[in-house]
Amino acid sequence: MTRISINGHQVSVPPGTMLASALLGSGAFRFRNSVSGEPRAPLCGMGVCFECRVTVDGHPHARSCQVPVREGMEVNT
Amino acid sequence: MIVVVGAGPAGIAAALRAQECGARVTVIDDNPNPGGQIWRGDDENSWVARFRSSGIPLLSSTRVVAVDVEARSLLVETDGVSGRLSWKKLVLATGSRELFLPFPGWTLPGVFGVGGLQALAKTGLPVAGKRIVLGGTGPLLLAVGAYLRQHGADVKLIAEQANIQSLAGFAPELLRHPRKVLQGASLQWAIAGTPYRTGCWIDSAEGVNKLERVTVRSGRDIWTEDCDYAGVAWGLTPNTELLESLGPEPEDVYVAGSGEVDLSFVEGEIAGLNAAGYPERTVLLAPKLEKARGFAAALATTFALRDELRHLAKPDTIVCRCEDVTYGELRKFTSFRAAKLQTRCGMGPCQGRICGPANEFLFGWETGTVRPPVFPAKIATLFSDAPLPADTTGQPDTKEITS
Repeated sequence: MTRISINGHQVSVPPGTMLASALLGSGAFRFRNSVSGEPRAPLCGMGVCFECRVTVDGHPHARSCQVPVREGMEVNT
Repeated sequence: MIVVVGAGPAGIAAALRAQECGARVTVIDDNPNPGGQIWRGDDENSWVARFRSSGIPLLSSTRVVAVDVEARSLLVETDGVSGRLSWKKLVLATGSRELFLPFPGWTLPGVFGVGGLQALAKTGLPVAGKRIVLGGTGPLLLAVGAYLRQHGADVKLIAEQANIQSLAGFAPELLRHPRKVLQGASLQWAIAGTPYRTGCWIDSAEGVNKLERVTVRSGRDIWTEDCDYAGVAWGLTPNTELLESLGPEPEDVYVAGSGEVDLSFVEGEIAGLNAAGYPERTVLLAPKLEKARGFAAALATTFALRDELRHLAKPDTIVCRCEDVTYGELRKFTSFRAAKLQTRCGMGPCQGRICGPANEFLFGWETGTVRPPVFPAKIATLFSDAPLPADTTGQPDTKEITS
């Protein structure tokens, strides 16, 4: 299992899991706030729509549907 | 050097065919694994396996940010590294994305493209026990419905907007493609017991901060279905941004891929042979091309979108999800350009990839206005003038791609 931290909470997922899938699986539904403050989560699952953007290890705007989980990854939504 | 952009069916076919002809080939792809959206790194797929063992260098998780037609180079960015990649021949196999039509509630977390939902499920999203409604059009609804059922999901409804008459018209075309019929039969078994309604579509999605239910319409009947996830499918739209940014009739550029897997594959084979300098070998592929085109054309006719779908969006329905621009704001304008300038519609990070085709469908606007960078990029990438470092991919051959 690969351990990652989601908003400070430790989560274990099978290796190779895509970050967006791990986030949804852990119950996260607000990946980002839209410009008018609505919660948004992945739509396209293929790197096109940019709705699944999160901060990975301090770097903002990572498309979580294109990023496989890595041991020790710190994710903030 | 032939550079192939895209490692889906078309890109894989182009690369393998070009390699067979003795050409040097490099493939770049936005995804972490080869196979495109349909095969997604599936090593059980014989083409993905063949590609992996071919020795053709693959730069994965790599995006093309801009193209310099004069210099014949691509500006590419990958995990923290950027640089230029030179080509003699360029094959664009950039694939398709799902078309999205705005309807009330489509921005709620839990509403996905049907292909997107399958992609997430294939990459670790648990779907067992989840109540799911699929709606829209085309065979993808059935394929994904079957996949989700096999993985324990409670697929409550598959709503196909095409009516039963046009589906019946599709049957003779299926009989001409026996392999697809078999596929269809095994699908049918996998989704046995799941209600499949024709002439039926999702009217709206509701929930507080996430999806809780959808409202479904079929003729005069309207009802709600409680669900955890909804998958919508309105067809595919090609990724033409790179092609458009090349300008009219660029030299030594070949384009392949259509959204339908068999057609994409044969188009890829033809592009690869042409790029490698063996156009005469494409003659043998003519019957395969014709057959694939026939099937794709039948799909397009059978699953043509009905007019009612243009009227799902309400004045407060968001059309541009990046900038939260509503249908009510947009309908004041007469062109996409005017709407963009006044509302920022299509100017967010997706650069109109989602709302552009929706606006075309809703208002009949021309929305193709591609300018580099064709993909959001780091500032440092835009100033990057150096060849892509050879160590980016761990592939010894990549050093040559810049020479």
